[in-house]
Amino acid sequence: MKTPHANSRVVADRSPHSRRNFLRKSGMGIAAASLFLAGCADDDDPIMMDNTVNLGSGDLGVLNYAFALEQLEAAFYATVLQGGYFSGANADEQQVMRDLADHERAHVDFLFAAISSVGSAIPALEVDFSSIDFDSRDSVLGTAQAFEDLGVSAYNGAGRLISDPNHLVVAGKIVSVEARHAAAIRTLNSGGNPTAFANSEVVDSNGLDLSRTPAQVLAIAGNYVVTPIDASGLPQ
Amino acid sequence: MKLTNIIEQTDAIDRRAAFGQLGRTLGKAATVAMPLAAFFTPGRARAQASGDTIIDVLNFALTLEYLEAEYYAMGLDSNGLLTGDMRETVALIGAHENAHVEFLRTAISGSGGTPVEKPTFDFTAGGTFPNIFSDAPTFMAVAQAFEDTGVRAYKGQAGNLMGNGDVLTAALQIHSVEARHASMIRRMRDSKGWITNAMNTTGADAANAVYAGEDQVSQLGLDVTTVSQVARAQITEAFDEPLEKQAVLDIASLFIEA
Repeated sequence: MKTPHANSRVVADRSPHSRRNFLRKSGMGIAAASLFLAGCADDDDPIMMDNTVNLGSGDLGVLNYAFALEQLEAAFYATVLQGGYFSGANADEQQVMRDLADHERAHVDFLFAAISSVGSAIPALEVDFSSIDFDSRDSVLGTAQAFEDLGVSAYNGAGRLISDPNHLVVAGKIVSVEARHAAAIRTLNSGGNPTAFANSEVVDSNGLDLSRTPAQVLAIAGNYVVTPIDASGLPQ
Repeated sequence: MKLTNIIEQTDAIDRRAAFGQLGRTLGKAATVAMPLAAFFTPGRARAQASGDTIIDVLNFALTLEYLEAEYYAMGLDSNGLLTGDMRETVALIGAHENAHVEFLRTAISGSGGTPVEKPTFDFTAGGTFPNIFSDAPTFMAVAQAFEDTGVRAYKGQAGNLMGNGDVLTAALQIHSVEARHASMIRRMRDSKGWITNAMNTTGADAANAVYAGEDQVSQLGLDVTTVSQVARAQITEAFDEPLEKQAVLDIASLFIEA
């Protein structure tokens, strides 16, 4: 059975293609005015522009970018805990899923509080998990692996955009935990393969992990995030 | 301590001048793949958060990578120590550490800096671990301590690399690989892949310093337990803490011959 727990109400009248395309454009940093025109041309979705989320600029923008990704992960694991895979999983896998749900929730709660203390945190994003079968081990672990590897690459790529050393260190505190998650999930998802945790899919010949720009990350995240995100204000 | 002396030898070189050559010479010197070609862009030479230059930081990292690389190489060379899946895992980790050594050496020397020499290691830590290369559980316990230390060490230096985005990014890319290693080794030892409170799950008291301060719940001056319903133990798991250079050197020095 597919997606008994997914939030799918927002996707019924929306074209995934236009949404992805939209996010890709926003991730590339085109101006807000251009985004508006692009949105207006998209006649089948007139409300899209109304809920576009602007990440903002400077360190605040980068923290909001992290907040957006953590929202996606937290929503995912919260849904995993409601699904058939989790209820039938062995003790180790249940512990991992519970821990990951807690960690991502802690990241969300912290980032919201930290951003709100100095500026405006972006609102809750709408997600679309209709492509995930939360009763299926393969579907859940495959998605978890994609999200964790994506998170690692996102923080690795965002570090250089940060100005305040304290913000950089906090991002570092989070990214290594995401990498710990990624390694654990990769091992589970591969049936215990002894090299899946850091194989050549994610670590290159120099021993370096993946790094992605916000544009690259948001293009991938757009497969699951319904709310349009304007990343044009992020530091380049 | 000898390790500290090795690190301080690099103070003898004119680092500001050396750094000026980074962008010009590294591309030619690089014998490894693409990322190095884009590794250095001319930028502020002086690291921001301390008196250390970027070359100092890279040499500090190199010393830790020497330690890890030699440790895994010796483990893999020890007859009967590592077999089956465990051997495959350690072989991959060892290959990564070797790659990090080469990457850092190329980065440093390509810049006109001088890579520190590899210290002489004593992985028994002066006799604390006499069976280090004959008892797999001991070998893996110490490996866990090295990887968890490595994660903390890179994190502690991130602020010192802010003057050069390409160097910072590469360091972060190594940092997360160390975290993948740490998680894998921990789970092979039936520990969680992440660090709960300041729990030292290696079974060796000598590694207590590796986990000291990991029970932090204050982030950016905010007590996370006051803004989240998540249990305190899981909040500590959700944030890995950095270690200052001297604390890392104190740990590493246990394994350096005096």
